Amino acid sequence: MYEFSYHRPASVAEAAELIANAADGKLVAGGQTILPTMKHRLASPSDVIDLGGIAELSGIVVNGNIVTIGAMTTHAEVAASSEVREAIPALAALAGNIGDPAVRNRGTLGGSIANNDPAADYPAAVIALGATVRTNRREIAGEDFFTAMFETALEEDEIIVAVDFPRPEAASYMKFENPASRYAIVGVFLARTAAGPRAAVTGATACAHRAHRLEEALQGDFSASALDGFEAPVDKMNSDIHASAEYRAHLVKVMAQRAVAACA
Amino acid sequence: MSTINLAVNGQSVSGEVEPRTLLVEFLREQLRLTGTHVGCDTSQCGACVVMIDGKSVKSCTMLAVMADGCDVTTIEGLASGADLHPMQQAFMDNHGLQCGFCTPGMVMSGLDIVNRHGNEPDDATVRRELSGNICRCTGYQNIVKAIRAGARAMGE
Amino acid sequence: MLENGIGASVRRKEDRRFLLGKGRYTDDINVEGQTYAVFVRSPHAHAVIEGIDASAATAAAGVVAVLTGDDLAADGIGPLICGVTVTSDDGQPHRAPAHPALAQGKVNYVGDHVAIVIAETLAQARDAAELVEVNYRPLPAVASTADAASEGQQQIHDEAPNNICFNWPFGDKAANDEAFAGAHKVSSIDFVNNRMVTNPMEPRAALGEYNSGTEEITLHLTTQNPHVHRLVLAAFNQLAPEHKLRVVGPDVGGGFGAKIFVYAEELVVGWACRKVNRPVKWTADRTEAFLSDAHGRDHVTRAEMALDENGKFLAMRVLTTANLGAYLSTFATMVPSYLYAFLFAGQYTTPLIYSEVKAVFTNTSPVDASRGAGRPEATYLLERLVDVCAADMGLDPAEIRRRNFIPKDAFPYQTPVVQCYDSGDYEAALDRAMELADYAGFDARATEAKSRGKLRGIGFSSYVEACGIAPSAAVGQLGGGVGLWESAQVRFNPTGNVQVFTGTHSHGQGHETTFAQLVCDQLGVPFENIEVIHGDTAKTQFGMGTYGSRSLAVGGVAIAKACDKLIAKGKKIAAHAMEAAEGDIEFAGGNYTVAGTDKAMNIAEVAFNAYVPHSYPEGVEPGFDENAFFDPMNFSFPAGTHICEVEVDPATGEVEIVDYTAVDDFGKLVNPMIVEGQVHGGIVHGIGQALLEGCHYDEDGQLVTASFMDYAMPRADNAPDFRIDYAPTDPPHNPLGVKGCGEAGAIGAPPAVINAIANAIGVKHVEMPATPETVWRACQSAN
Repeated sequence: MYEFSYHRPASVAEAAELIANAADGKLVAGGQTILPTMKHRLASPSDVIDLGGIAELSGIVVNGNIVTIGAMTTHAEVAASSEVREAIPALAALAGNIGDPAVRNRGTLGGSIANNDPAADYPAAVIALGATVRTNRREIAGEDFFTAMFETALEEDEIIVAVDFPRPEAASYMKFENPASRYAIVGVFLARTAAGPRAAVTGATACAHRAHRLEEALQGDFSASALDGFEAPVDKMNSDIHASAEYRAHLVKVMAQRAVAACA
Repeated sequence: MSTINLAVNGQSVSGEVEPRTLLVEFLREQLRLTGTHVGCDTSQCGACVVMIDGKSVKSCTMLAVMADGCDVTTIEGLASGADLHPMQQAFMDNHGLQCGFCTPGMVMSGLDIVNRHGNEPDDATVRRELSGNICRCTGYQNIVKAIRAGARAMGE
Repeated sequence: MLENGIGASVRRKEDRRFLLGKGRYTDDINVEGQTYAVFVRSPHAHAVIEGIDASAATAAAGVVAVLTGDDLAADGIGPLICGVTVTSDDGQPHRAPAHPALAQGKVNYVGDHVAIVIAETLAQARDAAELVEVNYRPLPAVASTADAASEGQQQIHDEAPNNICFNWPFGDKAANDEAFAGAHKVSSIDFVNNRMVTNPMEPRAALGEYNSGTEEITLHLTTQNPHVHRLVLAAFNQLAPEHKLRVVGPDVGGGFGAKIFVYAEELVVGWACRKVNRPVKWTADRTEAFLSDAHGRDHVTRAEMALDENGKFLAMRVLTTANLGAYLSTFATMVPSYLYAFLFAGQYTTPLIYSEVKAVFTNTSPVDASRGAGRPEATYLLERLVDVCAADMGLDPAEIRRRNFIPKDAFPYQTPVVQCYDSGDYEAALDRAMELADYAGFDARATEAKSRGKLRGIGFSSYVEACGIAPSAAVGQLGGGVGLWESAQVRFNPTGNVQVFTGTHSHGQGHETTFAQLVCDQLGVPFENIEVIHGDTAKTQFGMGTYGSRSLAVGGVAIAKACDKLIAKGKKIAAHAMEAAEGDIEFAGGNYTVAGTDKAMNIAEVAFNAYVPHSYPEGVEPGFDENAFFDPMNFSFPAGTHICEVEVDPATGEVEIVDYTAVDDFGKLVNPMIVEGQVHGGIVHGIGQALLEGCHYDEDGQLVTASFMDYAMPRADNAPDFRIDYAPTDPPHNPLGVKGCGEAGAIGAPPAVINAIANAIGVKHVEMPATPETVWRACQSAN
């Protein structure tokens, strides 16, 4: 790891000031991705701004049909939350299957979506549930948040405060794991909402995205068999040593069908 | 350099660390608590798992400065006097270790399983919950057996 | 059976320190004045070094020294060696290009060692290592095993034309060809034996200390064989004379072969600590382990079997290309030759076997022994081929094996491929495994699985392996540079407790317990009064270390022989003390008695008399401390049948191992609990090879699978509980009646798993690792 200056602000305002004044600052949430990256000397921030001391960024609140999860809430906390399990059980289950137990005790919702790893789980939930990402400056629709591989709509020194998840009628996340990293080779998040089906896919392409064609196929017939003729576009799929594009495209369909079945 | 103050195995300690010092480096090199091991550099193997404020954490993926003010328990902090902790004893009784390198992390993860799943976790739960701990020696069967036995013993 | 003697599942002596966090692994040791080393490694698979500028690194904060291959050469430190000669088909020894411990003008794989940076702190050494400027001129890389020796291929070493290390034909080709020509049927299979990274959980490390007063170097290493390290470093690398070099293998966190070899980092650290006259410590991170540990397997093979109309094997033919990597590791040549082709008979009476092994160099990490070493490759070949034969002949896989088994009354059995098997009852193991696995009920289970949309399959693997390595004369005939005896010293202290010094090394196997059980059983000394000491050339007399499941079968016998000597000497002392004739003294259960009387004397009292010889027999030396060496008469041949049952999800290609049975013949078991643990670990290692693990190099020779993020290690949820039983026979060549158990699982499991998958899907073959995509594609092809 290269040398850096370390800061532990107590408020979002203080964090915003620190990041704005740093030469090449990095906001660190749970650190479960950035610290290994820094260990391998693949990142060399001048300043690490640890958000772990900001109490206002943690916590889960249910208000009517909206589940609000603070950016620094850990995966373990989301997985164990009775509120989340009651309101959006698929979201609790997703959080409970990220990484491993020790990683879930440090990794956070905000860290995960700000990093936007193409194989991360949370982005699929944020998109499919039609969530809203709230920052220290504005609100960003979940669908618009993830712009490209490891890139988001966040500006340089913008800080995620919380994410508002609307409660769906039913939802399910099906993940096909990479046997080594246990990241998603393909993950499909499906939600049945009053406004119709919503779907998002992660792992399969360069960036998690809303799966409009899946939604269209399920419009009016929310059943696994409605997807029998579905074909994900092979040319958009990632291809690597773990899974070819063709296989990923196939898995999108299989995971989607299983997610539909689990929603029923 | 930063000054940190924390509790390790019930003792107050303070140290001067570079911000880039990992928690595991602080434990091993400054406190010389070498029971916590480093088996990988990608947060996969779990040989470095310690408890922080009662929760399992990979000490290779946390800066020492982030543990300022925390309560840390390592493998060295489990036994009371000459008596092994019931989870440690269960590993011995069930041959849950061979070379011993992954063992401290396995024991810590076992305790974390008990914290979250109680004293009767089933086989599948224990196997799934060990996804962040790699062992090359045992084939896991006896580790799973040991954690289940340790969990039961902790409830008695 | 004694409570803590042979046959008892005694809890392990070593566990307490490991469970308390009080183990002492190499990286746990810090010494006064210690510096930290980081190696500058090649980012290129193949390149000429046109220059190294270390000036900025040398000037960096905290840097003690930056040393390169030029410095190493100037000090006369020799290249790394390969200790086993294989004669190529031109009658010449295998090609052995120089393997410098720090590169001299050229690098040949990603991770090749270029320089060592030594600094006051590890962070400073890492910072400075980035400042070493190496000017590389990249060359095309050779990364593929199959194509390494192709015409027009980029040449790696001048000494090895066409990148060939050796071509090694073995067997009577003409007779073999004739048998094939007259066969009722010929079955064949082409496959890859996937390259693995051994990955013991403790990364390699070295700590070197030089005492300028005594001119002695002490090296703490992650080694499976401290004396072998000392021998090679002294005799071939000129690091220091043998008597001025101490090698310590303290607690070692797993080896599985990867810690047998003498590595560049170990030699360089030993040399550098004298050069800078400061202790130097190096510890690999996992990425370095992936790049610089010797890898295992990596064969491309075609195998054929000639059969008669009854499914009897008439002849077998094997053509293998084996990848040895960029340089020869310490025992690299032996693995795809003697440890491979000499096992081609397996459990069968196949009368004619012919093989050709072409060993090639590539721009990849060196390849050497890894849990099983050659025997997993042989077993996978044979047991996959046998299943193909069964399908071709329309025979049940159990039945074709049964028809070809070496019958139990044929032992000792001379195979056509050098080895003479000691003992076996292969049908007994098969029968017991089929019973435990409920083979008869399989069809019903498959039908039930089908109703859930799953394809259920069952696969056999009837393996035999050669352990107890090895009779020295045989090693010599085969071109090995060492003897493979083992030594022991058993010392009573005057107070009656016992220290056992063994030349083997325990890095997970539990020798401190098993060997204490042997001594407890033989000498009748309480288990808790026995301490087993290993791993330090300054403490133990000599030894060849631990690999090839040799420790009990060879090292254990040496201990028993030392105990025999103590018992014999004690008879003289006891006879004198009890005023009886030596011939009337009997020894049992720790007591010397005078036949026909009630006179008795405990061995601890005898030991005391030996150290306080106030009244002592004439001509007998004082002291109660004996040495013994044991050179085995033969290898030992563990064998068994494993049966794996899988369920395949045809929609995704996921494979779940739903049941696994292993019935093994390890001869006599000293500690069944430890043996069972070895079997569990071996099976999961084998399941790892079959389902998860595989190295992937891209065409530029970059290792794509260089971390646990991309190289899938088996986890707890990749396997079920196993059914384990034994079908022991009594090996006539081993005085303890033991065979060895450390590698059997890794040898038996891969073909059992793949045979089960092929059976489930209904295809001829599925390559390892049988990843979900590989299996899904196989399902597509079967439809």
